Amino acid sequence: MWLPLLGLIIGVIIGLQAPSLPQTWAQYMSVAVLAAMDSIFGGIKAGMEKKFDDMIFITGFFSNVLLAAGLAYVGERLGVALYTAAIFAFGVRIFQNLAIIRRHILKK
Amino acid sequence: MNKRQIYVAVVLLFLGMMVVVQFRSTKLTQQNAPMARAQELTSRLKEVKEERDTLSEQVKDLRKKLDKAGAGTGGANQAIRDELDKVRMEAGLLGVKGPGVQVTLNDSPKELRPGEDPNLYILHEEDLLKVINELRAGGAEALSINDQRLLASSEIRCAGNTILVNTRKIVPPIVIVGTGNPDTLKSGLEIKGGIFEQLKFWGLQADVQKKNEVAIPAYSGPVTFNYTKPLK
Repeated sequence: MWLPLLGLIIGVIIGLQAPSLPQTWAQYMSVAVLAAMDSIFGGIKAGMEKKFDDMIFITGFFSNVLLAAGLAYVGERLGVALYTAAIFAFGVRIFQNLAIIRRHILKK
Repeated sequence: MNKRQIYVAVVLLFLGMMVVVQFRSTKLTQQNAPMARAQELTSRLKEVKEERDTLSEQVKDLRKKLDKAGAGTGGANQAIRDELDKVRMEAGLLGVKGPGVQVTLNDSPKELRPGEDPNLYILHEEDLLKVINELRAGGAEALSINDQRLLASSEIRCAGNTILVNTRKIVPPIVIVGTGNPDTLKSGLEIKGGIFEQLKFWGLQADVQKKNEVAIPAYSGPVTFNYTKPLK
């Protein structure tokens, strides 16, 4: 349990030390953060259903993050607000996963 | 199990990093961009206004000095003063009076019907230019638009929905005052097929009155020559 926590703390420290992001990148980053949160909740849900697979978790995390940021970037270039698609999809999934997690906790 | 913990740790590391970076940059933009810009512009505006006021003070002061310098008595001084007055009158730095005309222009009072272009029924800078041109062709010696003295370097320019003269906003009703032969000036404007006929075609209000004496104020701003030098 201590190892993931340590990872989180190190990440926060790196984030605090890192140079601040240029304004143009902040938009992609916000979508990427949402994708990351979706993956985390998905992982927690899978863990509660005893279906957690570390390979799926880690690949899902990075592919979601990159895809979301890439989608935002392409949307920007095309003049279509494609990032709203990512926000919508991830937002809906986060709430669904939260609902499932809640039920699992209540059942215990 | 240990391997799984490492994976989760890596993922959480990235998550923590991303969230914190995003948090910081969002906070930064909320604080900085619009507020700081507005403050900067406000202080800049204040500075520029102060600068303008000091400069116009300076102009007044310098003109006073010039008056004093030419105020002495004696033949040579008198001649210099006369010459100075003449040059300043030509340059528009001296208020003048004399017989002339007063031209009043205004937008069309007509109610717009739906679908009609309002641009057709308001005064444009071109209309002013044409009137000024006609007055000059008729021999006007000094001109002002809404008390802005027209210099050789004055602009009459459309800026958004207003007209600028000497970089001041001019709004209708527009009163153009000119010195010169009243009859020539008046008939030049009212000639058949002339500028007044064109203006009235669009319903614009245009009126010219002969005056025995009109007063034209001096130009109040500074005249600067940053690039121009006398040819010797």
